Amino acid sequence: MLELRKDIFADERDDNLKEIGKGTQRQDMLGHVTGTSTYFDDHKLQGMQHLKVLRSPYAHARLRRIDTMEAERSPGVRRIIRGADVPRNLNTLLSLINFGKDDEPSLAVDKVRYKGEPVVAVVAESPREAYEAMAKVRVDYDPLPAVFDVEEALKPGAPVVNETYPKNTFTYHDVYDHQKLRFGDVERGFAEADHVLEQRYQMSPIEHAPTETNGSIAAPDTNGRYVVYTSTQALFFSLDTCAKILDVPSNTFHFIGGTVGGGFGGKVDTLTEPLAILGAMLTGRPVRYQLGREEEMQFGSPRGAERIYIKDGVMRDGRIVARKIHAYFDSGAYTRLSSYAVVKCVAHLPGPYTIPNVHGDVYCVFTNRTPATAMRGFGVTAMDFALECQMDKLAHLVGTDPMEFRILNAYRDGDMKAHQREAKNTALIECVQVAAEKAKWPLREEVKRMSSRKDGGGSRATISPTPIEPVPQRAAVSQQRTTYDRAAPATTQQPPPPTPAPPPPTRPPAPSPSHGATRFSSVFGTRRR
Amino acid sequence: MAKHRGRGIASINYPIGMNLGGDPSQALVHSNPSGKFTVSLSSIDLGQGMKSVTRQICAETLGVPVEDVYVDTADSDTGPHCMGSFASRGTHRVGNAVMAAAKEARGVMMEAAAEELEVNAADLDTDGRGNIHVKGAPHRSISTKDVAIAAQFKQGKTISGRGIFLVPLSEVNPETGEMSPATCYAHACLVAEVEVDDETGEVAMVRMDSAYELGRALNPRLVEQQLVGGAWMGISHALFETPEPYYPDPAHGPRDFVEYLMPGPGDICPHDIAVLERPAADGPFGAKGPGEMCANPVMPAVANAIFNAVGVRMDELPITPEKVLRALKAQGGARPQARR
Repeated sequence: MLELRKDIFADERDDNLKEIGKGTQRQDMLGHVTGTSTYFDDHKLQGMQHLKVLRSPYAHARLRRIDTMEAERSPGVRRIIRGADVPRNLNTLLSLINFGKDDEPSLAVDKVRYKGEPVVAVVAESPREAYEAMAKVRVDYDPLPAVFDVEEALKPGAPVVNETYPKNTFTYHDVYDHQKLRFGDVERGFAEADHVLEQRYQMSPIEHAPTETNGSIAAPDTNGRYVVYTSTQALFFSLDTCAKILDVPSNTFHFIGGTVGGGFGGKVDTLTEPLAILGAMLTGRPVRYQLGREEEMQFGSPRGAERIYIKDGVMRDGRIVARKIHAYFDSGAYTRLSSYAVVKCVAHLPGPYTIPNVHGDVYCVFTNRTPATAMRGFGVTAMDFALECQMDKLAHLVGTDPMEFRILNAYRDGDMKAHQREAKNTALIECVQVAAEKAKWPLREEVKRMSSRKDGGGSRATISPTPIEPVPQRAAVSQQRTTYDRAAPATTQQPPPPTPAPPPPTRPPAPSPSHGATRFSSVFGTRRR
Repeated sequence: MAKHRGRGIASINYPIGMNLGGDPSQALVHSNPSGKFTVSLSSIDLGQGMKSVTRQICAETLGVPVEDVYVDTADSDTGPHCMGSFASRGTHRVGNAVMAAAKEARGVMMEAAAEELEVNAADLDTDGRGNIHVKGAPHRSISTKDVAIAAQFKQGKTISGRGIFLVPLSEVNPETGEMSPATCYAHACLVAEVEVDDETGEVAMVRMDSAYELGRALNPRLVEQQLVGGAWMGISHALFETPEPYYPDPAHGPRDFVEYLMPGPGDICPHDIAVLERPAADGPFGAKGPGEMCANPVMPAVANAIFNAVGVRMDELPITPEKVLRALKAQGGARPQARR
C-alpha cells in the first residue's frame, strides 16, 4: 500500500500539473501482458550460429598450451576463437571515462585469474555441437596459489592476482592503494567521546539473478556494418566497449536493445557482445551468445563482497562525535566497476548524519574470484548495512531510542558534509518521523517537532582542523586514452574478413599511448597532471 | 524452544546519478504531421518504467495529452547518446534531457500556432488536451494536429527539439576526498518486524512500514512497483542470497534456482509505504529516483529486528538460519530485548 504524504514539503512544490503525478498505465503494458514485448533472443536469424565459451576450471593458473586441433574438426564447428584473434584483447570498462588501466582480456592468454574465466570460444551450428567441440579442446594448466580473502591479498607475499595491479589493489591518484576521506580529527573525537565502539561487518557476494541471462546476437549487416541485438542496460556503453576491443569505428555497429529481462546492474559489463560480434566477423554469419543459468550464477559478475570496519565515538547524550571507517571491496580478478564504487562509497560516508570528525580509507582489492560489478545500490548497500547496524548498537549503548538517535544525528539543510559540500534538500528527519507514525512507534513531542529545515548550519557547517598527513611522491604518469579518443584503427577501417580468409594477424595488446589530449577530463586514477 | 518477535529500523539516503557526474544523456523529440510526438532515446527501459516516466515528462512539458507521445528507446542509429540505465540516473538524467528537448519542440509548436492564429506566441497556452489557445480567450484556439499540418506543409517548420543533461564532472581530492558526488539525494526510513525461531534459526518477515522521500513521484504506481519490489529484494539480500555461502571460501556455489534461494510468495509480508516529495532543484519536476535505494534499508532493519527479538547481532550478510543458530548457541540461547 502506498500513501502520498502531500502535506509534507507542500510549500516547495507546484502540484498543478496535468500528466506528472498521475498513475498512468505503462506505455509497454500491452506488450508485456500479452507476451509480445521483444527481447534480444526473440530475433531468430537465418543461418544463426551459436557461441559457447570454454572456461577455466582453476582459480589461478598459468596457461601452458591450448590445443584446438581436434575441436576444429568436430562436426558443426565453424570457428574456434582464441585470445590472439581478439584485436585488442585487453580492456577495462571505465576507460570510457578514462579511469583505470586496461587489465582484462576477452579470452585469457598467459594466465587464468578466476575459476570460470573464458579461455577459448567455439562457434558452431548448434549449441550442442559447440559443447561437443569444447570438450575436445585440450588445455594444459599450471596451477598457481590463489588468494580469496581481501585482507590476505594485501599481505606481503600474497599471490599476485592481476599483474596490471601487482599489489592486488587498484591505484588511486597514481599513488594510493585506497581512496581517502579526511574531515576533522577523529583521534581527538575518540579522546573526547564517552564511549568508543569498533565493529566488523561482512557482506557476501550477491547474484543479480535476472530472469533473462546476459546475451546478444550479432549479425553482418549491409555495407560492412554489424547489427547487434543485446540485453545490455547501457547501449552506448556496450557499443563503445565493443568498438574499442574489436578496433573498429563505433559506427560499424547498429546496437538494438529493447525489453530487458531484469538488469539490476548485471548487464553493464558487456560480457557477450565482443565475442558474438567477433564470431560474426570471422564467419560472416549471425552469432548468438547467451550465458546459461549456471554461467550467469557462477561466472557472470556478482555484486562484490565488502568487509567493513567501523569505529565510532559517541557521547552519553547520543551525539556521535567521530567515525572512522576502513573497508575492502572485493573486486575479484579484474577491475570492471569496483574501483568506481569505492569512490562512491567514500562520498557516502558517514551516512546521512552530521558527524564533526570522519575518517575513511576504502580499498578496491583483487582476489582470484569472478570479477564483481555494479548492482542496485552500488558502493552503498553494504555500507548502509554496516552503518545502520552500527547506529542500532550505538543507540543501545547510550540507552537512546533508535528512532530518536537517528533524528538527533541526522543531517539537516546547511550542515557541512564530510566530502566538504553543504547539505541541501535533506529529508531524513521527516522520513524517520513518518515511518515511526506508520509503525506506531512512539516519539517524544520535541523529536516530532524537529525538522530538516531547522537548526542546521552554524557550528554544524564548520570543518574542524584536520591533521595533515605526509603526501607520497607521485611517479610520472602514463596517460591512457579514453575509449572515445583512442587512436584510429592502425591498419584498416574494415572489420576482419570472414573465413575462409585468414583471421586478423596476431597482435600483442597495444601499449597505452603516453601522450595525447583527452577530451574527457579525468576523474582520478591515471590522470595526467 | 520458541518464536520471538522483534522490530528494527534503518534510515538511509542515496545519491542520484553517477558519482561525480560527468554522465550525460541526450534526447530528441519530434512531431509527425498529425501532431503525434516521438521521443527518440538510446536509453534502455529495464522494466522499471523509464519509457512511461519520460513520456509523462514530455507530455507535461509540451502541454499535450500523454497518448500523443510515444517513447522509442534502445537504438544506437536513431537514439542519441546516453550513458545507460544504472546509478538511479534514468528519471533524473534522461528525464531532464527529454524535458529540454520537449521545451525546444514546444517553442516551435507555439511559434507555428501563433502564425496560424495571427497572435504573439507569448500570448498562447496549451490546455493539455491537444489544443493551443490565446490566454484568457479559450475560443481562439487551434488543435496541435492542425498546427503540425501547417508547420509541415505550409510554414516549412520542424516541430522538434534537442535535449541534453549533464552534471559536470567533479574531481576528487586525493588527500581529503573532497568532491561533489551528486546534486541530489533521496531518503528513506524503514521499520521491519520479524519472527525468529530459536530452534531452526529461521527468520520470518512479519511486516514493514516505511517512508521514502523521492523529490517527486512522477508516476505513483511505478514508484510503488519499485518500492515494493525493491523491499522484496532487500528481504532476499538480508536472509537468502549469495553465490558464495561460506565467503571467502568460494565452495558450495549454487548453479540454479533450486540451489540459489530467494523468498517465495509465502515469505513476503505486508508493507505499508509513505512517499514524501521534497523537490530537487535540478530534478525534472523535482524528481530524484527511487530505483536503487529501496533495497538498502531492509537489510539493516532486519538485522536490528533480529537483535530486538533474540539478542544476537548478525553482522554478516546473508543472515541464514545456520548463522542465526550458531549465534544463538554462542550466546547460550535467545535473549529477547525490550519490546518496541
